Amino acid sequence: MSAPAGSLLAAEDLRKAYGPTVALDGAEFSIHPGEVVAVMGPSGSGKSTLLHCLAGIVPPDSGSIVYDGRELAGMNDAQRSALRRSDFGFVFQFGQLVPELTCVENVALPLRLNGTSRRQAEKAALTWMERLEVDDLSGKRPGEVSGGQGQRVAVARALVTGPRVVFADEPTGALDSLNGERVMELLTDAARSSNAAVVLVTHEARVAAYSDREIVVRDGKSRDMERVA
Amino acid sequence: MNARWGRDLGLGVKFAFTGGREGHIRVLLTAVGVGLGVALLLLTTAIPNALSVRHARDDARMDYTYGPPRAKAANTLVISDADTTYHGEDVRGRLVEPEGPKAPVAPGLTRYPAPGEMVVSPALKELLGSGDGALLRERLPYRIVGTIAENGLIGSRELTYYAGGKNLAAHLDGWKTARISAFGRPSASSNTLDPVLLLLILVVFVVLLMPVAVFIATAVRFGGERRDRRLAALRLVGSDSRMTRRIAAGEALAGSLVGLAFGTVFFLLGRQLAGSVEVVGISVFPSYLNPSPALAALVAVAVPAAAVLVTLFALRRVVIEPLGVVRTAKPTRRRLWWRLLLPVGGLAMLAPMIGQGRSNGDFNTYLVIGGVLLLLIGVTTLLPWVVEAVVARLGRGSLAWQLAVRRLQLSSGSAARMVNGIAVAVAGAIAMQMLFAGVQGDYTKNTGRDTTRAQMQVNLSRGADFGRAAGQFAATKGVRKATAIGSTELGDRDWRSGPTGTALVTVGSCAALREMARLPSCTDGDMFVATGGTNDADVAKIVRPGRTLHIDDVNGTGRGKDVTWTVPGGLRQATAITGPSGTRDSSVLLTPGAVPERMSRLLSATVYLSVDTSVPDAFEHARNTAARIDPLADAMEWSATQRSAQFSSIRTGTFAGAICVLALIGASLLVSQLEQLRERRKLLSALIAFGTRRRTLSLSVLWQTAIPIALGLLLASAVGLTLGVVLLEMVGSTVGVDWPSVLGLTGAGAAVVLTVTLLSLPPLLRLMRPDGLRTE
Amino acid sequence: MSIGHTLLGLLESGPRHGYDLKRAFDEKFGQDRPLHYGQVYSTMSRLLKHGLVEVDGIEAGGGPERKRYAITDAGITDVERWLATPEKPEEYLQSTLYTKVVLALLTHRNAADILDAQRAEHLRSMRILTDRKRKGDLADQLICDHALFHLEADLRWLELTAARLDKLRAEVTR
Repeated sequence: MSAPAGSLLAAEDLRKAYGPTVALDGAEFSIHPGEVVAVMGPSGSGKSTLLHCLAGIVPPDSGSIVYDGRELAGMNDAQRSALRRSDFGFVFQFGQLVPELTCVENVALPLRLNGTSRRQAEKAALTWMERLEVDDLSGKRPGEVSGGQGQRVAVARALVTGPRVVFADEPTGALDSLNGERVMELLTDAARSSNAAVVLVTHEARVAAYSDREIVVRDGKSRDMERVA
Repeated sequence: MNARWGRDLGLGVKFAFTGGREGHIRVLLTAVGVGLGVALLLLTTAIPNALSVRHARDDARMDYTYGPPRAKAANTLVISDADTTYHGEDVRGRLVEPEGPKAPVAPGLTRYPAPGEMVVSPALKELLGSGDGALLRERLPYRIVGTIAENGLIGSRELTYYAGGKNLAAHLDGWKTARISAFGRPSASSNTLDPVLLLLILVVFVVLLMPVAVFIATAVRFGGERRDRRLAALRLVGSDSRMTRRIAAGEALAGSLVGLAFGTVFFLLGRQLAGSVEVVGISVFPSYLNPSPALAALVAVAVPAAAVLVTLFALRRVVIEPLGVVRTAKPTRRRLWWRLLLPVGGLAMLAPMIGQGRSNGDFNTYLVIGGVLLLLIGVTTLLPWVVEAVVARLGRGSLAWQLAVRRLQLSSGSAARMVNGIAVAVAGAIAMQMLFAGVQGDYTKNTGRDTTRAQMQVNLSRGADFGRAAGQFAATKGVRKATAIGSTELGDRDWRSGPTGTALVTVGSCAALREMARLPSCTDGDMFVATGGTNDADVAKIVRPGRTLHIDDVNGTGRGKDVTWTVPGGLRQATAITGPSGTRDSSVLLTPGAVPERMSRLLSATVYLSVDTSVPDAFEHARNTAARIDPLADAMEWSATQRSAQFSSIRTGTFAGAICVLALIGASLLVSQLEQLRERRKLLSALIAFGTRRRTLSLSVLWQTAIPIALGLLLASAVGLTLGVVLLEMVGSTVGVDWPSVLGLTGAGAAVVLTVTLLSLPPLLRLMRPDGLRTE
Repeated sequence: MSIGHTLLGLLESGPRHGYDLKRAFDEKFGQDRPLHYGQVYSTMSRLLKHGLVEVDGIEAGGGPERKRYAITDAGITDVERWLATPEKPEEYLQSTLYTKVVLALLTHRNAADILDAQRAEHLRSMRILTDRKRKGDLADQLICDHALFHLEADLRWLELTAARLDKLRAEVTR
């Protein structure tokens, strides 16, 4: 199978093993600009590994990953890091905000990694925090805000660089339904309005329902549910 | 109450040993840390004992030469000083000649060697047997017939020998050679130490012990964060917060108890090791290093008790909740005033003693210890405040800088704690080195000797043929020029009753005399009187042609014959200049041809040597020549070079000690650094996912250590210099800052930071691998 | 849903005409299926017969739609009893899905495909509901959530069954 026409990020026949544990065993994936794709599957099925490979965090053992016409396998670590800084955004289960930085500094962090000046970065960060309704937390430290608020800060951080792909790994995993859904709404709204694609790893169907399409990973193999039946 | 304490502490001890691999590692770390501290403590508590044993042994073998003249008897011994120096180390040498069967035997000897034989200390035997000792072997041409037992030595590395002599009685002068009937100090030594020496010892103690105490305090908190989490789990199953604290204290107690055992082993190893090293010319036998039982017991009780107290104190601010540990958020801002109180109090305790060293006054031991302690503890109380105050004002800068600064702002206390040990060690070491350097400098300063003209002086026995000696020295390898001078004094009256006016007589070749005065012209047989130097008046008064003067034959002993010399008419005028000994004396100058035989017998000969220091062992060759000419010759290397050699050995000594302490603290820094990194594993992986450069994170780790250490070193330098100045004022020495050692020590502190950062980089890079993102 | 009890409940706030009742019902509960007038009248006449409502007045012109109904004390008691009685949880012991899976296994068809197709269909519904929820008001959200949670429960059953398919095959084909 070749990458579907017009896809922004596509992977074929990915294989990855951690020692004796096979995490990916021929997985496939593709996503179009502005699309929200849910990656589902039981725990340990390899969905997080798929996300890490797609995002260029972990190189796969074999297989190809093409982002915007470029083969990720052909890049070295520095190039992949640069790509992550400029084109990708990340949201993790437990926010992973830097505890010693204030919320606005956390949101500004990816911009500063790209070399934006501190003042400009924090200005842009504040705009995003407003959109995610957490601008009143800007001076607080992550330890002082609630889980839902923290996760919204994390979403703002993922979107602040205007990424073309946002990778979200169980973004609501640590939240209750109400907070989780709010985060999903804000994430998908914001992503759609900036035409960013979202790769959403989740095991919750209600979270996956915010996607346009889902694929299921079982035993390291992916199954595109569009093609089923 | 007591039963509860016992039970909870016991529970903690049990947890410590049953905590699995992680628990064992923590106990081990704590134990090694506490053990090293305990070993150092025991060693230091043993030092007073070692010093007093040394002192007693030194007294016991003393050959007291200043006494009333004694007649030859069955119980007398003639003994002569034949000390020498070899490669910068002092060699104690004695020539002995028993005059009867009941002659006293020196401690450590069973019998005296026959002429041509010697008994030596084990260290000297070793040196003579090695390739390094070849030149010394040449100087001591005696056959080794035995070794001196331990009770005749004051240190395991001491170089000493007793050689059999012949006809020593001819050299009797009540000074270098004497006839004695017993060894030992005639009147019991009062055992009062030189106040300056006492001060040095006290300072060394406090300075060594303070970082050790700080280190022990840090060591019992190794793995604190993880332990806190485990304590939270204990709270969850129902222990109340006081119980939890006691259990934590119990865990620390376990570590410190194992540490005591480790410490004892380290101490015993160190004691053996101490027997084979020599610091600043002092070595000791392992058997000297017996800590007094009271002090050892104090250590055994105080260390575990301190462990418990430190833990309780550290947990004072920590609220352990069932679902995790809450450090009471935003601790109240640190207040300055009571922190300043300690160092100011320390200064106040030391201030009254300023200037007492000179007037031989005594230092109040308690005030000295208290003052130095307070000043050094002041470093540990001031540092958290300084770190907090400075870090709160930092902020602008690169991302790495921002990450580090923010982290420090959040936990400036723990950052300050980490460097407290280093700061105290450096502050103490700086003060100690300043004191050493100042005292040492004073003791050998201003000899007035011109070391550009001569670098060595050899005093030969009276009446030696110094003309020939000059030739022999001149032919010695490495000697550029040998200026031989004989001298004695002339008095206007008989020396046995004491003259009222005296004049110096200097005898030498024309070349030698030109070193002492500007001469119009000179051939052998010429006589001059040099004026324009010290003692001009006496010379003018008594050196008058035709006047009969008395030659000094008594040499301070009150015995001898009256030998006279009539001032001849042909004395020519000369102008005194500064001689090689550094003095400009008005004197009578005679060339050898003008000296009558009865005078030349009485001349003390001195040879000034100009040495080519680029020739290896030039001084040793010169000393060998001196020994060949006269076994009782006294060869002195002049102070400029000698002082620097001794001083550098002191510097290396304290420096090495400071480096050891720094390395110890560096190890604990590394442990806590790694622990912190492990805690942040997930976060680091997340940052890597964002595309954070490894350089950025590594730099932030570096800043995170470097900022508090830089502040700590600054504060340490300030306190160290202050303490150094105060101590120098106390002994009345000239205050001077020994910049190389300040820079060296702060540099060493900085090196520790760099090393710790470098060593924590590989684990950091490993932790930053994306595997950290994998959910367990 | 009991239409009778719902209409009774609406009457509790005051007497209403039949068309008022229909409008109020549609507005609050009938997004999916608006009531027919016929349903209203047949229900009201049943309630009238049981003495749970009474006719409060008839407007000129006659006809059923002109009647004004009011709730009786018996009617209030009835509403109260209905609200207080918990609904019996339904147990889908023999759902169609289970039947399909077992049949597929018995006939050696690919049961996993059936499960996956069902799963995709469920998620499609959930997506539609989620979308509607995002655009709607609070009432919409609550109703959609109810459906979403039920669908999610089904989906979890589908996932679990998919994971246990081999075991099930072994049991049914024994």
